[in-house]
Amino acid sequence: MDLRTNPAFLRGMTQSRRVSRRDAFRIAGLGAAGLALAACGVEGRRAAAPSPSAVADFWTGKKQNGTLRFANWPLYIDKDGKDYPSLDKFTEETGIKVTYQEAIQDNSTWFGKIQPLLAANQDIGYDLMVMTNGIQLSRALALGYLLPLDHKQLPNFAANAAPKVKNPIWDPNNTHTIPWTIGVTGIAYNPEYVDGEITSIQELWNPKYKGKIGMMLDTQEVANFGMFALGIDPDKSGPADWQKAAAKLQEQRDAGLVRKYYENDYVDALARGDVWITMAWSGDIFQQVAEGKNLKFVVPEEGGTIWTDNMCIPKTAQNPVDALKLMDFVYKPEIATMLVEYINYITPVPATKELVLADAAKAKGEDKEFLEGVANSPLIYPSEEDQARLRSYKTLTTAEEKQFEDLFQPITQG
Amino acid sequence: MRRLTPYLLVLPGGLWLLVFLVVPMVFMASVSTQEGDVVNGFVQTFHFATYGEVLAQYQTQFLRSVGYGLAGTVISILIAYPVAYWIAFKGGSRKATYLLLVLLPFFVSFVLRTVSWKFLLADDGIVLGPLKSAGLVGEDFHLLQTTAAVIGGLVYNYLPFMVLPIYVALERVNPTVIEAARDLYAPRAVAFAKIVLPLSLPGVFAGVLMTFVPMTSDYVNAAILGGPENTMIGNIIQTEYLVNNDYPVGAALSFTLMAAMLIGIFAYARALGTENVLEAAAR
Repeated sequence: MDLRTNPAFLRGMTQSRRVSRRDAFRIAGLGAAGLALAACGVEGRRAAAPSPSAVADFWTGKKQNGTLRFANWPLYIDKDGKDYPSLDKFTEETGIKVTYQEAIQDNSTWFGKIQPLLAANQDIGYDLMVMTNGIQLSRALALGYLLPLDHKQLPNFAANAAPKVKNPIWDPNNTHTIPWTIGVTGIAYNPEYVDGEITSIQELWNPKYKGKIGMMLDTQEVANFGMFALGIDPDKSGPADWQKAAAKLQEQRDAGLVRKYYENDYVDALARGDVWITMAWSGDIFQQVAEGKNLKFVVPEEGGTIWTDNMCIPKTAQNPVDALKLMDFVYKPEIATMLVEYINYITPVPATKELVLADAAKAKGEDKEFLEGVANSPLIYPSEEDQARLRSYKTLTTAEEKQFEDLFQPITQG
Repeated sequence: MRRLTPYLLVLPGGLWLLVFLVVPMVFMASVSTQEGDVVNGFVQTFHFATYGEVLAQYQTQFLRSVGYGLAGTVISILIAYPVAYWIAFKGGSRKATYLLLVLLPFFVSFVLRTVSWKFLLADDGIVLGPLKSAGLVGEDFHLLQTTAAVIGGLVYNYLPFMVLPIYVALERVNPTVIEAARDLYAPRAVAFAKIVLPLSLPGVFAGVLMTFVPMTSDYVNAAILGGPENTMIGNIIQTEYLVNNDYPVGAALSFTLMAAMLIGIFAYARALGTENVLEAAAR
């Protein structure tokens, strides 16, 4: 199906949805973070893994309070005017009122804001938040900033979550987190300037596209692509591999191939033609294509990165039981369906595909086509073949992190 | 009581400085000599070597930032002086309107203004598209992610801070002084060089202070309009604080930058000090 000419996609995507969810000015948060930082004692405290009995003790006697404060990323939940239909349903069923805020623009700024408060054991103003697996989440886990989850209260997660999303490498047994949505980092390109089908990651090193290649600023993203290009599996990589990957990426930069190391702004650059081929996030490109842009997204044959945005409860949450209730609620297939039909990223609940198709069968005209597009999109329900090539970010220890950043940051930020 | 009045008057400002400048600075100075990481905590070890290390590691970005700041400041003077001159002497009754026009961009968010430059300068955008189709510039010519774009962005964003002080200085020039010069047979150019220019130098001096310092430590323009070779020291500080949570390195970089600027500004004040300028004006 040619999505460009599909009016359902054009109509289905509301104006507000066109703004990408990571489209955020990390700059805006900096002042606040700086002030918060000045007040913090810069104290660290490494936390030990919680024992099962301690987890049980924590949750016994905890009561539902009837309110929940939820911090999420922009455009990351179904929305109908000013209402959030899935949250309304939640309130209807549980009596819990939800204050939903699009408070998180990127992981590092968010962590910078909450770190001093959590270090001082103060309420951060939210009971539930969504963070990507990566350096900041690892730090939050290492510092004991997240509450261990009571899986007895998460029956829907146990029943409906895809086996693949359970027991992730960064949080064994989902002790502290469960996924909200999942995305893929691959290559996006503009067929107007790029001839033929792109399948190999080596195209990002092709001198033909000198100065028209976009890479990502995030060191974990860029490092993974350096490793894929050399045939290194990030999961099994060590410092020697990182050095090779860094050299490969440095070579790309020194040859003047890279236009810029982008944050979220790569989408605009690609849409405008400033770059022709770039590292990209699946959901962004789905939205661009739905908007009518002639862009393509592939998971390179050498590999692509899969990342997960995780729900987690800060240790100073005032309403932890209510948070847990919502975490389980969104794993009901019908609720997960409402979410995926709007968010257009990969859902952790595979049963939604049938339900989206069922909704499509009930719908008419353009809505029908739009929903069919969602259910059949390889960007939302990736093929087994694609999935086999996907790897997570390498989970780093604090010592490794320093080594890793010292290798890759001079490349993206030199 | 009466004797206390001046102190009471200065109290709000003094407290403000104490709470929002002195205290954070002492805190930062302390952080800059600590060692450790965010997970295991930072310990005060008076590790002054951090300063040497960051200076060696980020020398390029330091020099680049100062270079961009200087270039931006000089270009700002060249643009702002004629504008301020025109408003002050030819603005007539519409001076207020013209000043408002100069300030108008401030009604739009700083970040948004800079982002809109990306659309103006896009490879096939409003500016380059027609030039390319007319064959005036090569197909692979681009402005975004170049030094020119970053300096251009800096000048654009900080220009009003140069225009206003120069305008104020020129506005205060008594027209009769110029008339006197002309009466004494000074050609226009000489009257300008000997009378108007020296009288306006304090304004230029203030303008330089107000643009050079923020330009050099700016990071928004480099982040939005720059490329891999345009990283400024502000970007590095931001990364160290927010991404790496390496507070000692961030603090040491900030202090080094501040020290460099203070030395530069004092040297500049010495060379073209306000006192000297005033003396020149009095002569």
